[in-house]
Amino acid sequence: MRIGIPAETRADEKRVATVPEIVEKLIKLGFSVAVESGAGDAANFSDEAYRTAGADIVKGASHLWAESDIVFKVTVPTSAEVDLMREGGILIGFIWPAQNPELMQQLAAKRVTVLAIDALPRQLSRAQKMDALTSQAGVAGYRAVIEAANAFGRFFNGQITAAGKVPPAKVFIAGAGVAGLAAIGTAAALGAIVRANDTRAEVADQVKSLGGEFVKVEYEEEGGGGGGYAKVMSDGFQQAQREMYARQAREVDIIITTALIPGKPAPRLITAEMVRSMKPGSVIVDMAAERGGNCELTEPGQVVVKHGVTIVGYTDLNSRLARQSSTLYATNLFRLAEELCKTKDGNINVNMEDDAIRGLTVIKDGEITWPAPALKLPAAKPAAAKPVAAPAAHGKGGAPASAGKTAVLFGAVALLFLLIGAFAPAAFLGHFTVFVLACFVGYMVVWNVTPALHTPLMSVTNAISSIIAIGALVQIAPPLAEGLDRPDGWIRWLAVAGIALTAVNMFGGFAVTRRMLSMFRK
Amino acid sequence: MSASLANVSYIGAIILFILSLGGLSSPESSRRGNLYGMIGMTIAVLATVFGPRVTMAGIPWIIGAMVVGGSVGLYAARRVQMTQMPELVALMHSLVGLAAMLVGFANYIDPMAALNLSGAEKSIHEIEVYIGILIGAVTFAGSLIAFGKLSGKIGGKPLLLPGRHFMNLAGLLVVIAFGWQFMHAESVSAGLIALAVMTVIALLFGIHMVMAIGGADMPVVVSMLNSYSGWAAAATGFMLNNDLLIVVGALVGSSGAILSYIMCRAMNRNFISVIAGGFGTGGGKPAKKADGDAVPAGDVVSISAVETAELLRDAKSVIIVPGYGMAVAQAQHTVNEITQFLREKGVNVRFGIHPVAGRMPGHMNVLLAEARVPYDIVMEMDELNADFPDTDVAMVIGANDIVNPAAQEDPTSPIAGMPVLEVWKARTSIVMKRSMASGYAGVDNPLFYKENNRMLFGDAKKMLEEVFVALKS
Repeated sequence: MRIGIPAETRADEKRVATVPEIVEKLIKLGFSVAVESGAGDAANFSDEAYRTAGADIVKGASHLWAESDIVFKVTVPTSAEVDLMREGGILIGFIWPAQNPELMQQLAAKRVTVLAIDALPRQLSRAQKMDALTSQAGVAGYRAVIEAANAFGRFFNGQITAAGKVPPAKVFIAGAGVAGLAAIGTAAALGAIVRANDTRAEVADQVKSLGGEFVKVEYEEEGGGGGGYAKVMSDGFQQAQREMYARQAREVDIIITTALIPGKPAPRLITAEMVRSMKPGSVIVDMAAERGGNCELTEPGQVVVKHGVTIVGYTDLNSRLARQSSTLYATNLFRLAEELCKTKDGNINVNMEDDAIRGLTVIKDGEITWPAPALKLPAAKPAAAKPVAAPAAHGKGGAPASAGKTAVLFGAVALLFLLIGAFAPAAFLGHFTVFVLACFVGYMVVWNVTPALHTPLMSVTNAISSIIAIGALVQIAPPLAEGLDRPDGWIRWLAVAGIALTAVNMFGGFAVTRRMLSMFRK
Repeated sequence: MSASLANVSYIGAIILFILSLGGLSSPESSRRGNLYGMIGMTIAVLATVFGPRVTMAGIPWIIGAMVVGGSVGLYAARRVQMTQMPELVALMHSLVGLAAMLVGFANYIDPMAALNLSGAEKSIHEIEVYIGILIGAVTFAGSLIAFGKLSGKIGGKPLLLPGRHFMNLAGLLVVIAFGWQFMHAESVSAGLIALAVMTVIALLFGIHMVMAIGGADMPVVVSMLNSYSGWAAAATGFMLNNDLLIVVGALVGSSGAILSYIMCRAMNRNFISVIAGGFGTGGGKPAKKADGDAVPAGDVVSISAVETAELLRDAKSVIIVPGYGMAVAQAQHTVNEITQFLREKGVNVRFGIHPVAGRMPGHMNVLLAEARVPYDIVMEMDELNADFPDTDVAMVIGANDIVNPAAQEDPTSPIAGMPVLEVWKARTSIVMKRSMASGYAGVDNPLFYKENNRMLFGDAKKMLEEVFVALKS
């Protein structure tokens, strides 16, 4: 099947739905790829690069849409684009079905199949590789810090220079989702003191792991809303939260807000009052600007200066890092294509039995299948199976045997010795002594052997055990006592065979050990 | 040479043998240790041949037999590939067992042996003969089957006959009953019948014992048979009243026993049940597949050779965990090339060796040594396990159960409690494997589903060569 990549039509959108590197991989999956001329220009991917990777370059959007079986897009398609679409085709990209009901109707009328990458069931761990929301949010979080640094008049990291001491910048990050965590990591890497807050207490460890400090709201309430999103919190909590934000606003130099609640306008976290309380020259980057903003004074798409504070309200942070965003997005879609085309023959199978694909599919052959039924997630595993307490319970380990066992063992050995002492003749006892002592010597010596040499140890003991040859040697032609009826022939042949067999070991064992040992070198 | 002189030579030989084993405590001293062993053996043989118990009539026979056996042995030692070492060792064990059997039979039909014995002494001598042949036969048959399994001539799957423990027990009772008959035999020929019956049962027992053991348990079996061959020599020593044989037999026997103990501990199994040859008595092993719903959650992410090379190139520290798969694919030389390349670039490459990796104790060390990997970067599991969290890439080549996190995380797993290499704690782990099939223990490996794990599917050697090519480019 043919995958088409149109140029994005929205103003300020610089991303593209696939990159040359991924084109090669898609072709390996059996697809053919067509790219609209100029689609990658804004993200610095030339037509030439796509052509080299094996894509066909098509002039004009109408041609491209008409001849593609599958279209990869980034942003929500415009109604003009939907008109161009071929009936029965497949569209993959951001759709936001809840916010765009009319678009859904229009697509359904076209009897197409639509996979909305934003409708991915993110709680499935195997869906992570396709999670474009996450990959894009990560890029945006990084860029938000860069924008803040750009607007901020000082260093991020503290320095002691000949000209005096520079204190590090203090950054507060509201919301520790993917974007928030990326921002924490980036700001910490630049040397700033980073604090972060989130209504979900479980992210505290993640914040710390990236070098941030988790600031708690002094109020008991759990804020996880399922699927990795936050939920709307109670009044009491919001009051406590506001106080905490007000305190942070007075202390920090930079605030980056990332708080979003699905299907609702962004929560108002930073009031005009708090902005006024900030130090002059401070910066706020409002990553929720598109959905109304976390800050009261944000103007979506604009950079404004209010009360001496620069408020960055860009809604196109991803386009400001178009090459990176496009590459990650293209990889997400490629992973999705892999899932759809398990046979690797370039044909797509929209398997509605698959939880991940079922969730993604919002329109199937013109029929609206959104929202997908709730996932039958396996009941949460009982708190991550504890590590096995102590292997001793199961194995013998190195622990000394229990006193009882030791006593029984000693008793048995004592009884055995008693029996031997009582009945065995003196000659046997002499040999027995040698035997027991030799066992102990062997025990002591062999424990000192380094594990790396266990194979040579085995082959050398093998060679040594050919000492049995002596048993055969003394049988072959002993000085005979007079008048004995000895079956000489039988014994001789048995002994000769014995000598030949042990000679194999004797020579072979030592030789192979030597060969092995000569290989060990520093 | 007088009897005393021969005895003194034997003492010298014993000391040299002990030094020989002692020399193996480090690679530097090991070569000299092997030399001690050879000298000891030469002294022992010469002292016997020129001693009071061999007349000149025997010399031609001895030389003939030595030349034939020795040339076969030397030829085998030259030609054997390092990956085939376990087979060779098993085959050699069987020779020791067979020789012990033959010597035992010869001793029994020799009227000289029991010439001046009577009463308790005679009984003890007969018991010694009986037990010597018994151990020899079990060692012979068991080692032969082990050889067959290791060389792939016999399937690796354990053969589990119904009521096999009762069969073994019945065999033991028959052996004891015939032992009674043997000791009360009127004539040599009557005794021979009892001996023959016992030998057949012992052979069957040896076959049955090793047939019931699967491929990955071979390290235990091989070292156990090593131990048995030692005990066979010791029993022969008792039979012949020869202290040299007793001492050497005891040395070899305890060496093998210690090795099997170490192997058992590394697999968290019970030593006693292994020595008895009855695997699977405790903690139902292979058949018990994890229940359906216990399939680990998550996704298997595969990776290409080129991506692997990129990961390796960007890494500062790498730990390679080889397993039997590396031996099968003969990939050790490619592993060394990659290791050398990375080390020249300043990457800290080390090897983590699990005690039971491969098919015999120390198998991986020998393979890596053959490929000229310096032994000071080849570490034991305990030396290395704490370092995984600081490791960028842990590369698992053809190993499965020895890196299974279920051993630590899932108390219900059949391999729970087994010490494992904690590769999942590394920043990224790469598992090279031919397919998703579960390992020997039949346990699914949650490692494959971990978020930081990548799978590189394909033949280990071919994939590693691709990785190496990608590294160089």
